[in-house]
Order: sequence, then structure tokens, then C-alpha cells
Amino acid sequence: MIAVRDLRVRFGHTEAVRGVSFGVPRGGSFGLVGESGSGKSTVLRAIAGLIHDWTGRIELDGEPVAARRPKAFFRRVQMVFQDPYGSLHPRQTVDRALSEPLIVHGIGDVQSRVVRALADVSLPASARFRYPHQLSGGQRQRVAIARALITGPQVLLLDEPTSALDVSVQAEVLNLLTDLQREHGLTYVLVSHNLAVVAHLCDRVGVMQAAAVVEELSAADLRAGRAAHPHTAELRRLSLELEEPEPVAQT
Amino acid sequence: MLRIRNLTVSFRTPTGISHAVREVSLSVGREKVGIVGESGSGKSLTARAALRLLPPGAILEAEELSFDGTDVLRARESDMRRIRGGRAGLILQDPKFSLNPVMTAGAQIAEAWRAHRGGTRRQAAHAAVDLLAQVRIRHPAHVADHYPHELSGGMGQRVMIAMMLAPGPDLLIADEPTSALDATVQADILRLIDDLVSRRSMGLVLISHDLPLVSHFCDRVLVMYAGRIVEELAARDLAHAKHPYTRALLTCLPSLTHDQPRLPVMQRDPAWAEA
Repeated sequence: MIAVRDLRVRFGHTEAVRGVSFGVPRGGSFGLVGESGSGKSTVLRAIAGLIHDWTGRIELDGEPVAARRPKAFFRRVQMVFQDPYGSLHPRQTVDRALSEPLIVHGIGDVQSRVVRALADVSLPASARFRYPHQLSGGQRQRVAIARALITGPQVLLLDEPTSALDVSVQAEVLNLLTDLQREHGLTYVLVSHNLAVVAHLCDRVGVMQAAAVVEELSAADLRAGRAAHPHTAELRRLSLELEEPEPVAQT
Repeated sequence: MLRIRNLTVSFRTPTGISHAVREVSLSVGREKVGIVGESGSGKSLTARAALRLLPPGAILEAEELSFDGTDVLRARESDMRRIRGGRAGLILQDPKFSLNPVMTAGAQIAEAWRAHRGGTRRQAAHAAVDLLAQVRIRHPAHVADHYPHELSGGMGQRVMIAMMLAPGPDLLIADEPTSALDATVQADILRLIDDLVSRRSMGLVLISHDLPLVSHFCDRVLVMYAGRIVEELAARDLAHAKHPYTRALLTCLPSLTHDQPRLPVMQRDPAWAEA
């Protein structure tokens, strides 16, 4: 569904992405992990068309995408950002935020689509005429996901979608993403620094360091510790040491 | 060292009084105590109340709130200034916002050192370089000449810690000290704090939303929910947590070793917010 070949992005004299390649089948999930500055978000932004100055090849469904994306591209590929407070307009209601992509793409039936989009992400109908500041962090992220889904895309680009959320809300949003993927046959590209989140949602994982993918492996291999690259092993060791929840004894 | 009995922090709102912290009691000696909770649980307000650093409009009430024998509730502002930074250091989440952008790292540390210890500029500058070495910065004299924007996040946090250590405090309060940092840097900074606290036999209050992380570095963990401490336990007993909220905080985390198709969702019980 998505194929990236030898993607390079340069900001001035720094190479932010140095020849990254990976592919994601339809309905699959690919995760990019790495530390800040490793280039993982830049890869996602280049796919989304938010960065114009890249070289290499990005294919959507077998077709190479143009440097300037046509409007139809954004109907098929949508992005969800880390901080829903920053990605929703503070003076626009949820209704407006959800209607706008429909108007932009000339999709009719706005009313019923907005209502259905809210139901899809398990938000109450009463949230429709609220402003972002009247919602909790988890509700805001649901609105951002609803907005991304409302044009009926095939690919969702997720940039740290749960990093700003409390762990209990993170669990709800991760479950929601799992359900939506199954119901709509979505393809995900997920960027996160949290290995457990990536392994939970993705089948395959690319580990980035210093602007390059140093290793690509399956989530099962990552879980089992079958990592070939020392950076992958280091990230895994830290995740296990500091973030792994202790199994809770049954009572 | 720090003694809090029945602390309540509340705010007046158009719809009445809202209690952000309710009847919290804790005492901290020369040990490592973690306070864990989700956003809005009152964990940061509890720590800030100890230094009387509450936002304007906050109403602070307690049966006892004392630091090393000083009554924080009634202390004069000048006495509080000696405690803040002097006896108790506060490390915040993002060094980008807590460092002065127009002063070099060395000058800021030297300023903190002189404010609490006096001495000449030259002595303070030497002390600053020495402190930067203590927080394991490799070229301390070189880094001292850098401005905050020239430093990485981890480096900035080391400078913050060096500044907090300058007056030789008895207690370190760290409010989400590593949430803005990468995993590798996070581990380094927490080990550094851990090591400094042990070597100088200080007390540590580590505030975080991250229960596994806190239990890794602390002796004792307090779990807060809706302004109350709902459970207090030794870090090594985490797996045997009794309160359903503490248990849910652990079970709703995705695990790297165990694959589960769906994560358990926290079923909040209104009774948790009751006393």
C-alpha cells in the first residue's frame, strides 16, 4: 500500500533522512522507533506531503506520488499528530473541525457523516458542538482521529498519537486504533519512541538512528529480543528496565 | 524533614470551591519517595505546596506543613526564599523553560551558588564548573560558557540539577524531570539523580505519571487519584498493589514482552474519589 525507496530529506546542510526504505502491505502496520532527532517524524512528514524537498521514491498503491500532492492524495492519506490541542483550532467547534475536510473534498452528506464519525471514535453526540478546551485530552485525540477518518482514507500516518495522554487514556486510544483498523481495513504508519506501543500496534518495526533505519524486524522478533543491531538491543533493554509493567498478582 | 498532615489545596471557581488536593499526609526523610498519578491527580500541587509555590488564587490549608522545623504555612517570604533553592531544590520537566535563555549555564549556576552561599564571583565561577563536573558533564569549563539554546535536552537538565545542588540542599523535589527526554538520556539523568541523592544523603521526592519508572528508582511510592493518596506501598511490593486504581495503572500499559490483542481499559469507580 505504501512503499518508500531510498528517501532522503535535507534541511540546509544536515541530512535529516539518509536513504530510508520500507514497505507496508494493505491493512498492515509499520512502526518507526528511535530517539528524538533520529528522523522518524521527518519520514512521516515527507510521506504526508508536509515536506516538499525530498528525493527518492514514495509509492501509494503502486503509484509514485508527486512532489506536490494532488488533492485526491489527502483523501486517501491522513495524519494524526501527537498533541491534539495543537492540531485542533481553538476557536472552532468539533462540528466545524469535522465538516471542513468534507467541504474541502466536496463530499456531501456532511451532517450524517459528522454524526457517524463521532460514533466511530466512541464520542457522545453532545461533543459535536463543543470547543477543544471543553474536552479532555483523550476526547481531543478522538476528535483528531475522527477528523483524519472522515474523508474515508486508506492510510493513517500516526505521529506519537498517545504520547501526550495518560496511560489509562492511552489504552483506550490504542484499542480504538486496533478496532478502526479492522473495521476499515486501514494501513498504519506509526512513529513512536515507546517500543511497547509500537510492538502492540505494528507487525513490523523499523529502528532509526542518526537519520537512517539501522534495522527492520518483526514485532515478534523485537518482543523476543532477536535484534541484530546494538541500538535496537539498547532501546529494548531500556524499555524493559524502565517501562515494563510488573505482572500484577491476582487476588 | 518534610512533614505534611491533612493538606488541602483548593481553588475558587464560579461554581464553588474545587478541591485539587484533599487531606494528603506524608512525611519524607532522607529517602526516595515517588508520587504517581495521572494528570489532575494533584501530585504536582502537593509538592509545590510544600515549598509554598502555588499558583495565585490557590487556597492552602493543612494541620501541619513543615520543612526541617520551619512552619511553611506561617513562614515569612524571606524565610521561604532560604528554603526554596537553599534547603530544597526543585527540578522541573523542561529545562528549556526553567533556564534563563540569556545567561550562560555557568553564570546561572554561579548566581544560585552566590545567592545562598555568598563569596566572590571568582569562587562562584569555580564552584559552577565543579558542579557541572559533578553532574558528569565531560568538559565542564567549556559547557559553562554555553547558553541554554546551545545545549541538548539532557545537557540542559544536567545544568538544572547542578544549579539545584549549588546551595547543598537536603531535599530534592523532581517534578517529571525526564518526561521531555529520550529513553537513553532519561535513564542517565535518573541514575545521576539517584546517585547524587545517595551520595549526599539527601531526600528525594520524584513526581511522575510513570509508575514502573518511579518504582524502579524509589523506596516508597504514593499513588494519587482525584487529589487523594489512594495507596502507599514499598516499591518492591508493586506487583501486590491492593488498590484497583494502582493495579489498573499497571495492567493498562502495553507490555513489550507479552502480546495482548486488546488492552484492559480502566473502569473508574466513583468510590475511588471518596475518602
